[in-house]
Amino acid sequence: MTEDAHETALETDALGKRYGRAWALRGCALRLPAGRIAALVGPNGAGKSTLLHLAVGLLRPDAGQVRVFGRDPRGDSETLADIGFVAQDTPLYRDFTADELITMGARLNRRWDADLARDRLTGIGIPTRKPVGGLSGGQRAQVALALALAKRPRLLLLDEPAAALDPLARHEFMGALMSAVAESGTTVLLSSHLLADLERVCDYLILLQTAHVQLAGDVDELLAQHRTLTGPRTDRPEAVPGVRSVIRASHTDRQTTLLARTTTTGTVPTDPAWSAHEVSLEDLVLAYLGAADTHRTEVTA
Amino acid sequence: MIEFVLDGRSKVATYMQLVLQVKQALRVGIAQPGDQLPKVREVARTLAINPNTVLKAYRQLELEGLAEGRPGVGTFLVATLAGDSLPQQAELREELVAWLRRAQAAGLAREDVAALIDTTLRATLDRPVPDDAH
Repeated sequence: MTEDAHETALETDALGKRYGRAWALRGCALRLPAGRIAALVGPNGAGKSTLLHLAVGLLRPDAGQVRVFGRDPRGDSETLADIGFVAQDTPLYRDFTADELITMGARLNRRWDADLARDRLTGIGIPTRKPVGGLSGGQRAQVALALALAKRPRLLLLDEPAAALDPLARHEFMGALMSAVAESGTTVLLSSHLLADLERVCDYLILLQTAHVQLAGDVDELLAQHRTLTGPRTDRPEAVPGVRSVIRASHTDRQTTLLARTTTTGTVPTDPAWSAHEVSLEDLVLAYLGAADTHRTEVTA
Repeated sequence: MIEFVLDGRSKVATYMQLVLQVKQALRVGIAQPGDQLPKVREVARTLAINPNTVLKAYRQLELEGLAEGRPGVGTFLVATLAGDSLPQQAELREELVAWLRRAQAAGLAREDVAALIDTTLRATLDRPVPDDAH
């Protein structure tokens, strides 16, 4: 999990996108190793959809570069063939049946595994001869996923694919996605608000906040580097032994609680008045999102 | 075949939960050497978890000498954790069930039974065996 000899699926360098005078994404530097399942997390308007649209070549950068498997996706049909995209709310032509959409995909894509898509849908009992407009939200999402997978993409991007689904449909959708990853080894970048869903699924985290990358890295490494620390009240939490940087601090009259990035030896506090607790992915994300005022950019590749 | 379940409230890492479930199944004889573990893809699908997590669990079982991967086929159990007592356990359990029914008929509530078992367990097993026991 530490040193990655694998190739890079998605890489951005000083990437920026502007709508009018407002930057939707700015100074974005990322490196997503191939074979990962990455979570793209952040509040509404943080730039998640913009980043995904830049990666799939649907938007043109106003600054910097984006590369997918080392190449600019825009106008490069070979690279585009490697990218699968499931857009927000899984838009599909509602009057078409899944069968027709699969047939249409064969005409629009140079690499297309129609049997894979059909088997996948019949395997989970999705009617392929009914207009998709008449299917449930969960079934439509499964059709959109099957279509994206029929390209046999090396990088699969999903923009809030399960946000509108009920818990069972969401579980089935994530199950179908994980089963596809097990089979194909596709790299996945998945944006979502649903932290609980991501915890069991993702091994890489990219956290966007106000158009910036605030945190990125291997989930296990990030969790190992952060601790919740509790101890006697202090107004200088940076000075607590073992603390490398304070992400979030809260105080009562006697006690201070910190979520901190610790030094390598700081996972066990040297000061006996302080105790350290491991953090969950949700703790970590909430702390960084809560630290909105500080425009910190920390990237661990 | 084992069917994995996850405890959402558990602080135990997901891959370790899978490892512990296999060990538990081996201990009580539900799983035996020669059994195939569920396919990684199936576990990833039914639990909606990262397939790498399942692989990590299976690798851990291999490291501990409990399982063996056969390329292209799957992962199989190759050792057991059940002690020699396993064949006798079924009979002992039957006797225990009969005893519990008698206790119930005698009017003992669940807590009474638990207390009786607990004190008897301590009085009998935690004491050195007397010389004239046989």
